[in-house]
Amino acid sequence: MSALSPEIREKIISYYGRYPNKQAITLPALHMVQEAYNCVSREAINEIADLLELNPTQVVDTMTFYGFFRDEHHPLGKKRVWVCRSLSCMLRGGDELLAEVCDRLHLRPGQTTPDGEMTLELAECLGACDGAPCILINDELQLKVGVEEVLALAKPQGGSKS
Amino acid sequence: MNEAFEPVLLRRRGVAGSQTLAYYQQDGGYNGLQKALKMTPAEVIKVVSDSGLRGRGGAGFHTGSKWGFLPKNYEGPIYLCVNGDESEPGTFNNRILIEEDPHQLLEGIAIASYATGASVAYLYLRYEYGQCYRTLEKAIEEMYANNLLGKNILGSNFSLDVYLVRGACAYICGEETGLIESLEGKRAWPRIKPPFPAIEGAFRRPTVVNNIETLACVTHILDKGPEWFMSMGVPKDPNNPRDPGSYGPKLYCVSGHVNNPGLFELPLGITARELIEKHAGGVWKGRKVKAVVPGGISMGFLSADELDTPLDFAGPGKAGCLGLGTAAVIVIDDQTSMVDVLYNNCRFFAHESCGQCTPCREGTAWSSKILRRIRDGHGKMSDLKTLEDISNTIGIMPGTTICGLADGAAWPIKNALKKFRPEFEEYISKGQKTEMREALAAH
Repeated sequence: MSALSPEIREKIISYYGRYPNKQAITLPALHMVQEAYNCVSREAINEIADLLELNPTQVVDTMTFYGFFRDEHHPLGKKRVWVCRSLSCMLRGGDELLAEVCDRLHLRPGQTTPDGEMTLELAECLGACDGAPCILINDELQLKVGVEEVLALAKPQGGSKS
Repeated sequence: MNEAFEPVLLRRRGVAGSQTLAYYQQDGGYNGLQKALKMTPAEVIKVVSDSGLRGRGGAGFHTGSKWGFLPKNYEGPIYLCVNGDESEPGTFNNRILIEEDPHQLLEGIAIASYATGASVAYLYLRYEYGQCYRTLEKAIEEMYANNLLGKNILGSNFSLDVYLVRGACAYICGEETGLIESLEGKRAWPRIKPPFPAIEGAFRRPTVVNNIETLACVTHILDKGPEWFMSMGVPKDPNNPRDPGSYGPKLYCVSGHVNNPGLFELPLGITARELIEKHAGGVWKGRKVKAVVPGGISMGFLSADELDTPLDFAGPGKAGCLGLGTAAVIVIDDQTSMVDVLYNNCRFFAHESCGQCTPCREGTAWSSKILRRIRDGHGKMSDLKTLEDISNTIGIMPGTTICGLADGAAWPIKNALKKFRPEFEEYISKGQKTEMREALAAH
């Protein structure tokens, strides 16, 4: 069985015309796969490499440079919540926020709640310093957040933004 | 004069529907592009060159000159890369520009592409800006539907495709050749220069990399002319023939210990004091300033005695900072430990060093470890000398690294140890410890 669904294969192929070579589709393909499967498995890497006419090690090389992508041994939870720790947020309690959330959830940054609901991450500057401390929920920024708001996200359907 | 200043780049901020093409066009949008298309590309470059526009991303390079470095009559594709990887701590102006007014940027992209001969523009956007991504997707779709992108734009011979590219949370992708490598699907290791991207950039073709605020300025320069742009800011220093001046409006991001953090558009050259007191509501809790980051953390620190420094391209440098950077001002109050602040800075650069050049990889990692030790109460006076040695030996300026990340890592150390040295010495001699908690990553 193929690791990538026909839809994702089609989507990757639909990017061929955007760039003068196929290697440039590596990053978009990794995003598509992680978004669909919460990780990029070894099999998925091989199939991406096939579609882009690359050696799988080229895909691995790019994928592992960006700490963003997860292999199948470290899949993401349903939500991925990043807490900013850079200077503007630190000055307004970002470090405390992250430390408190870690203590209360018994998690370290990078880990996922046992029920798979939420992966907690530490972030360098998220670009929302006007609303420090800030967090990123999947790819939506949330400004001026407190501990309870982050903890609510760890509950099923908690803090749902939709 | 600032009271009378009417925002240009943020004029449509907060207006309902400001993201739509319909609103943008009825508000005078795409006039600049229409004017540009009636000129030759060389004439467009001249207009931008004459305006004195300098890049807003950090280096402050003269935009017209950057465009002018492209080879003439080049046969084959030329690329425009739009640098939307805004990641310098304290900086968030690109986010607001895109969320509020995507067409202002896209018009600038179209003008810049016409001027440089690019038929494809890649807009590299940091992953964290999901809302920006979706706003741009919609705006680009509107443009294709209205002959503002695609073949023969507005009936001219000019054709352009714009593609969005999402980053993956790596600061180094804001370095222009790191961005190009990332765009090409590789790890974002900056390239040795020369060759500069204008000669050999994306896919080994001539390439211009421009910042988002820079391109938003281009839109208005074409619409209103170079004289209008030069009516704002700080003119050339008559005593310094090498000073190109600091013209135009600038977006100042203010964060940290102020009452009203936010984005303020003002003519280049406002002082840090005026920005903090008049625009950002002053220091919070009735406290005083201890230090101010003038333009993102890689620029170093101004002390409380240096708040009258004008925040133009030349000002922060005269006060010993690296430069204006991204004009992201971070205010630090007098209750904050500079040891904690410097540790935060060093940890950032250790996390974001791409690892390609050993002096940067090791220098940023060790400076972070040394500061953690000092913060834990185990510092030695000789640590300060070691930190200074690191800060003097990593970077482009001492000639040991490929890109400027290490210079940006070194500068806060240099400034902190020069301007706030007694605080570090006292911290170490008294065996002080930080009260701040830190969560360490699992892997």
